[in-house]
Amino acid sequence: MSNKIRSNPLGIKLNRRTFLKGAAAGITASALPFQNAEAFIGEAFLQKHFKEMTDVEIKGVIERLEKEASLEWRKEIHISAAKAKPGVKFGYGLDLSRCIGCRKCVSACVRENNQSRTPQVHWISVLRFKKGEKWLDLENSEKYYNPKEVPEKDFFYMPVQCQQCEDPPCVKVCPTQATWKEPDGIVVIDYNWCIGCRYCMAACPYGARRFNWAKPNIPQNELNAETHYLGNRPRYKGVVEKCTFCIQRTRAGKYPACVEACPVGARKFGNLLDPKSEIRYLIENKRVFRLKEDLNTEPKFYYFFTGWQV
Amino acid sequence: MADAIKVFLKSFIRLPKGGAVFYAWVAFLLVLISFGLGSYIKQIDKGLIITAMRDQVSWGFYIANFTFLVGVAAAAVLLVIPAYIYQFKPIKEIVLFGEMVAITAVTMCILFIMVDLGQPLRILHILPKPIGMMNFPSSLLAWDVIVLNGYLVINILLVLYTLYRLSLGKEYKLSLVLPLILLSIPWAISIHTVTAFLYNGLSARPFWNASILAPRFLASAFCSGPALMLIILQLMRKFSKVEIDNKAIFKISELIAYTMGINLFLLGAEIFKEFYSGGIHKAPLEYLYFGLHGKNLLTPWMWTSLMANITAFIIFLIPKTRENFITLNIGAVLIFIGVYIEKGLGLIIPGFIPDSLGEIYEYWPTNTESIITIGIWAVGALLYTLMVKFAIPIYTGELVAENRAAAAAQRAK
Ligand code: SF4
Ligand code: SF4
Repeated sequence: MSNKIRSNPLGIKLNRRTFLKGAAAGITASALPFQNAEAFIGEAFLQKHFKEMTDVEIKGVIERLEKEASLEWRKEIHISAAKAKPGVKFGYGLDLSRCIGCRKCVSACVRENNQSRTPQVHWISVLRFKKGEKWLDLENSEKYYNPKEVPEKDFFYMPVQCQQCEDPPCVKVCPTQATWKEPDGIVVIDYNWCIGCRYCMAACPYGARRFNWAKPNIPQNELNAETHYLGNRPRYKGVVEKCTFCIQRTRAGKYPACVEACPVGARKFGNLLDPKSEIRYLIENKRVFRLKEDLNTEPKFYYFFTGWQV
Repeated sequence: MADAIKVFLKSFIRLPKGGAVFYAWVAFLLVLISFGLGSYIKQIDKGLIITAMRDQVSWGFYIANFTFLVGVAAAAVLLVIPAYIYQFKPIKEIVLFGEMVAITAVTMCILFIMVDLGQPLRILHILPKPIGMMNFPSSLLAWDVIVLNGYLVINILLVLYTLYRLSLGKEYKLSLVLPLILLSIPWAISIHTVTAFLYNGLSARPFWNASILAPRFLASAFCSGPALMLIILQLMRKFSKVEIDNKAIFKISELIAYTMGINLFLLGAEIFKEFYSGGIHKAPLEYLYFGLHGKNLLTPWMWTSLMANITAFIIFLIPKTRENFITLNIGAVLIFIGVYIEKGLGLIIPGFIPDSLGEIYEYWPTNTESIITIGIWAVGALLYTLMVKFAIPIYTGELVAENRAAAAAQRAK
């Protein structure tokens, strides 16, 4: 694929301002007036569902959340509420014949999306299968493999993350509509609305959802301050989270962090509604399949093969 | 009306008065409750990490207890049907206490859901707009909230009405409550069905996604609820002046024989289908009864449960043993244990084992989790004790007579 496509999945102009803003963060953080985070509890309690708020209300809420988070993390944090772009539906491709099981995507994802380090939260699970055995027998896959070197001779690998189902069972079961599918196809969660019942976790066929069993713990200097309300902003204890196709990046025209981190280029991403996109080319020209097709969840996450060697 | 209020008040004032056994029992429960509360505060502070639940097995002991108790609430309907509709005399007298079991069980259900939530303060989000964003009719959990609370209200109304009539020294007028009673029967079935569908509807979990789940669910509920009632009725007979006919007790045990028979049959049907066809979906059942990849934490429990259920079935099937109080009580306890294990550990946990990516994470509740669970059971026991204590003097007519005597004395003056 040409470099031009790779640098920009949406074919739009990138806004450099966000990078500069990040650099200035350290200075402004120290200027914040000291305020107790407890002061926000009443407002947080009365906060409305994200989709029920007007743009003005969202702005107000985000201001409060930014203050709250900045106080807590001693670092200026930006929360965007960038909306889905019309004519965009994101899709993902994963080349199984290339993946070497190095899990670089996992660590890139953890950093980009502010996942808790202890307890450890990983949105991506890379499964290892023995070559020559039952194909895709998940029960015989290994998630906790730990070799000296990858790839290993006798194994192949399959990363799994939220498949961004078009017909997502997690959304269907949520009693409070705290999780829903956005117009660009990304399934998101309002961390301020989720009651932590975990019904969605029982309903997800891909083991994609993670619960904050404890307060998330991230080293302050590693916290990614450029966040999205529906994506990587710091989460609370007792709510559910999962992969959002890096909504904070992809809605700004960038690639997801995992796509950029993969050293062998096994990960592809693009707009399914754009007939000239790389992802459309792959779907139309490669042997693709989706996980657990029999469940009719219609994932927008395609696995495929480019060659026979690993 | 004024008379009824007087009687209610009197009974209420008498609530804290009792013998040494009563005080010891209440004190014991209060100790358990305070331990439970202490552990819950710890859970609020640290998060659900203090439980053994993890992303692989994301529901555990709390939801298992919830599921079991939805079943126990069946006791009420089982007693209501014959009592009201067929006017079966001995059972009619004790329906009141069955309805109180239902109230207690549903209250405990709500508590178990509350302690399972990651963000309990946000519970109102489950209400319809504009307060919350209830996902109705799509989410079965929304349905469950409606049917459980509805069931609670119906039973409270029925109990209040019965007590009201009794406090006037009259039988209740069937014509007045009949619509409510008729409603309560399908409603009781619905709380079980909806709760079963809650699990049943998830295609991600093959173990739950079998059509046999809802019928099995009902069958086992109709075993454990009445078994609990058998024990409660005998205790009540012993410790109070309430008279309960042996016939009523034997009728209930006969019912249990049928429901346990059906329950075992359905289990057999499921085991046959999974093991004979031998697809990969038999993994959870295999895990339960034989262990999977060397992991078999639940296996001894499942066999205990099966043995308990089969023994109890035989006891309740043979008229001689079901009409002998020693064997009858052994049977009732066996059923309670058997169904508690089957419905609790055996229904919820294996839905997650192996998990949807094939991992086997063996779940066993932590001490903190168990203490919170025991605390909720103690709340239930306390609630029931107090309700019964409140109702008994009204039920036996003791207070009514006193009230009348006092009124007569006043008139004489
Ligand atoms: S993969 Fe799971 S979490 Fe993601 S959309 Fe599908 S059901 Fe929901
Ligand atoms: S845990 Fe949160 S997102 Fe998931 S079903 Fe419950 S309320 Fe909805």
